[in-house]
Amino acid sequence: MATASVTSSTAGRLLGTARLPLSIFAFLALGLGVLGIDQFVNAMTLGAIYALVALGYTMVYGIIELINFAHGDVFMVGSFVAMFISSSLLGNEGSITNVPLLGVSVLVLFALTIGVMALLGALIERLAYRPLRRAPKLAPLITAIGVSFILQNLIQFFFGPTIVTVPQLVPIEWSIQVSGSRVPLLNLFVIASSVILMVALQLFISRTRTGRAMRTTSMDRDASSLMGVNINRTIMITFLIGSGLAGAAGVVHGLYYGNTNYSLGFQSGLKAFTAAVLGGIGNTAGAALGGFLIAFVEVGASAFGYGRWGGAVVFSLLVIFLVFRPTGLLGSHTGDRA
Amino acid sequence: MSRISTALSAPFAPVRAYFRKHRSFGIFVGVALLSIALPLLTRVPPFDGIQSTNAWVNAFTTAAIYAMLAMGLNVVIGFAGLLDLGYAAFFALGGYTYAFVASPFTGVHLPFWPMLLAGGVVGAIFGVLLGAPTLRLRGDYLAIVTLGFGEIVPITLMNADKFTDGVNGIGGIDKPSIPGILQFTLTNPWPMYGLVIALFALIMIMIYRLQDSRIGRTWDAIREDELAAESSGVNVVIAKLQAFAVGASIAGIVGVVNAAKITIVTPDQFRFAVSISVLAAVVLGGMGNTIGVATGAFVIYLFQSILLKQLNTLVENFNIPVLNQIDFLDFQYVLYGIVLVLMMLKRPQGIFPARRRMREFAPLKIGKRGLK
Amino acid sequence: MLRARGVTRKFGGLIAVNSVDFEIPRGSISAIIGPNGAGKTTFFNVIAGIYAPTAGTIELDGKPLISPPTGAGREPILLILPTIPFIALAIYSLLVVGGDTGLVEGVASVAAALLGFVGALLLNIIRPAWYNRLIKRIGVTRPARPNDMVVAGLARTFQNIRLYKSLTTLENILVGMHVHMHGSFLGALFKSRLVREEEAAAEQRARELLAFVDLAGMENELAKNLPYGKQRLLEIARAIASRPKLLLLDEPAAGMNPRETEEMTALIRRIRDELGITILLIEHDMRVVMGISDHITVLDHGEKIAEGLPKAIRTNPKVIEAYLGRGAAAGH
Repeated sequence: MATASVTSSTAGRLLGTARLPLSIFAFLALGLGVLGIDQFVNAMTLGAIYALVALGYTMVYGIIELINFAHGDVFMVGSFVAMFISSSLLGNEGSITNVPLLGVSVLVLFALTIGVMALLGALIERLAYRPLRRAPKLAPLITAIGVSFILQNLIQFFFGPTIVTVPQLVPIEWSIQVSGSRVPLLNLFVIASSVILMVALQLFISRTRTGRAMRTTSMDRDASSLMGVNINRTIMITFLIGSGLAGAAGVVHGLYYGNTNYSLGFQSGLKAFTAAVLGGIGNTAGAALGGFLIAFVEVGASAFGYGRWGGAVVFSLLVIFLVFRPTGLLGSHTGDRA
Repeated sequence: MSRISTALSAPFAPVRAYFRKHRSFGIFVGVALLSIALPLLTRVPPFDGIQSTNAWVNAFTTAAIYAMLAMGLNVVIGFAGLLDLGYAAFFALGGYTYAFVASPFTGVHLPFWPMLLAGGVVGAIFGVLLGAPTLRLRGDYLAIVTLGFGEIVPITLMNADKFTDGVNGIGGIDKPSIPGILQFTLTNPWPMYGLVIALFALIMIMIYRLQDSRIGRTWDAIREDELAAESSGVNVVIAKLQAFAVGASIAGIVGVVNAAKITIVTPDQFRFAVSISVLAAVVLGGMGNTIGVATGAFVIYLFQSILLKQLNTLVENFNIPVLNQIDFLDFQYVLYGIVLVLMMLKRPQGIFPARRRMREFAPLKIGKRGLK
Repeated sequence: MLRARGVTRKFGGLIAVNSVDFEIPRGSISAIIGPNGAGKTTFFNVIAGIYAPTAGTIELDGKPLISPPTGAGREPILLILPTIPFIALAIYSLLVVGGDTGLVEGVASVAAALLGFVGALLLNIIRPAWYNRLIKRIGVTRPARPNDMVVAGLARTFQNIRLYKSLTTLENILVGMHVHMHGSFLGALFKSRLVREEEAAAEQRARELLAFVDLAGMENELAKNLPYGKQRLLEIARAIASRPKLLLLDEPAAGMNPRETEEMTALIRRIRDELGITILLIEHDMRVVMGISDHITVLDHGEKIAEGLPKAIRTNPKVIEAYLGRGAAAGH
């Protein structure tokens, strides 16, 4: 899954490893130059959220070659669960200025939401996808879209079609000065927590036994099954992790925007999927990169006064990439024709 | 059970044989009979108590429009095996096409009849526009691209308010008329009913003919095995484009009719939920079975627009405290999702499976004749 | 009839087929044999248009059929070329002019760019002859596609039978006839006389073909319900339906019992004798190969190590070494 692109020569391999940090650096510099510091921080924050959601898409696609249409809605449900836990269970109404208390609350919020969402993701996999693993390809795609629709409308049913407020635990007044601009700590917190999660995921995939099982399963399911990998368990874990990350994205979204609504998953889901394709579907590092890229495109579009057209721009990007470079920027997964 | 049904249908065998030979005529007769029987049925209890016959006829008209969409989508999903999740976008394009050339908004008033064809052409053009870059890709990528397209079209219609009057949509669209003979009105649902039913029969006949043609066979082949189809000389991309264009043009035509029926188009009428409801009809009726999906569409439409509405009034009348708060119409969307998931898990061949698909999902059996 | 010159195919660093020269005389039954991993299937797939060769050409009846693709990088330029002025206009009006005036022009030019792009893409998909000539002039040779090979007169079967499983045997054959039917879209919609006659003739011909491979009476049986041996026969019939000059058979006798194998051998001979179709086959079963081939080519490690009449191949020391050296059973 997270393997770098295969190149034949040593020089090529070196270039391959250096390519990622180099392109990230160039990309950040370009973003900062074009957008200015305020918009740059905005884009990074939005990008962090997209990246977390995109990871779930890319992991699931990598392992069972299914576009999990329900994933965007898992993210949306995550934001509602976070809202519920934060306001009802923990009784928060607004920001918390007491630093230790804030830390504990945020940690509890993350832990609970991630746990609940991971379970939901695994449940969906067990009930809706696993029975169809050997079915014609159309079948799980249709179920996925059905699950997405059920989640969306159940949430709408319980919470209504309007925007729902979420307590913003980290005070928005807290900020630091960076070259004359005020950068809210909240943004930095969002970016930092996402990056920590992504690094943790990378370590998990590359260092642990389960992570290795995930990688081999994505390469050849039957072979790894013969090698003693428990396929069902591995796929289940992939869904647990992917949905957990979507839950984390839900928490972060709530903290940052202070609201959520039932249709959040659909729009963000499409963008996050585009991010996954941009980075090379099946490639976790690529998905993270793609998430930030999409955010920059979107923030850039609104900086030029075409905020309303952000969706259209992102969608065009998706089509262009699919046509000219279906393997994405860092694609390791072959974009073979079905 | 099958023995009983064979016994029951035995006397009809000659009739069946006749219509199998003259299928187009059979469809024509069947649809005509049904279109007379349905309004008659609404005159008897319990249906007459629910709403007036005119309202019923209006509902049947909408159901038939919905059924035509399902038949069109079935060409794409059921025949060619391509998942199109943005079907409502083509429906929207047909509707707006007619709205542009027959409303006070632009001041142009072209006659309805040629625009039916124009709607189909516009649908086909956009189908090709979307399909050409994407049909070479994996099937699941197509699903996400159509999903995005289905989302972008209403957003564009909403945001490009200079051309489309944004969320308000375009109203006051001309009703069709046959000069000197018949002027369609909003109050009299019958002419529209007749038009829609005739179109319904026509589209069904056309789809059946296409399915049986050389082109229909290429769709079967690529659904079954793309590499084998290529090795049989089928140009896979062109065959897919054809399926996509046929589906889109049917949606375009139906869009024109729908716009003329309700005389207003707004971006809101073409949201993602519409695509999903049509998909649900196709899945419910059985992918690949034209009559099945049309029936599926009727069932879903009548269920949501009559039964759920009735449930609302029922609960209101009895004044049940908790249930009173609930608008059962909200359930229709959850219903689509449940239909999609349950059907795929439990009965992928649909409630009314096509003979062909029934075999496809049936377990393997050894040939009757076996080895000699 | 078919002539391969220096055909090479590499996968990354691996050379699967290395500079193979090869010729099939018209009306012959030729075979390619070789131990596992010798590159037989790769070579076969190059001829069938599934893999493009890395080097070398293949001619059919003296006309070039397949050559390595060149200038692949140049083709996207052709796709983008018609859109460039509009994209420039779009950027100018959206980003430089901006505002409401810019938006209108910008959207219009984006739409125009899209139309240009899709138009170019359609040409690319449909590949009309003049378009192919045009791109040849700028140095683009495109990889052959399997369906083009069928039109050129090649038909094939697969090692692991690929039928249209839930279509009937008759429908399977009718799909095979696709390239020789000309019923148009409108013709199908209005069921023109031409289409009706063509369909009737095709069905008649399909029944004859089924009878030819001894599947008469099974017209309405589903392909997946046929026993294994009959599925092989059906696949061959489907391939013949496209009226090929050359029929490529990929292990036609694989998994068959001796009796079925014998029938298959007889059928292959009949296809050549009665239908006049030249045949090239890959086969593991030496009895089949030695029994029916006029001409045998032996591949090992992607290279041609021997060719000639069955008798000569049987005693060729290189061939025996290639087989026995790996502990595989030699065919004698």
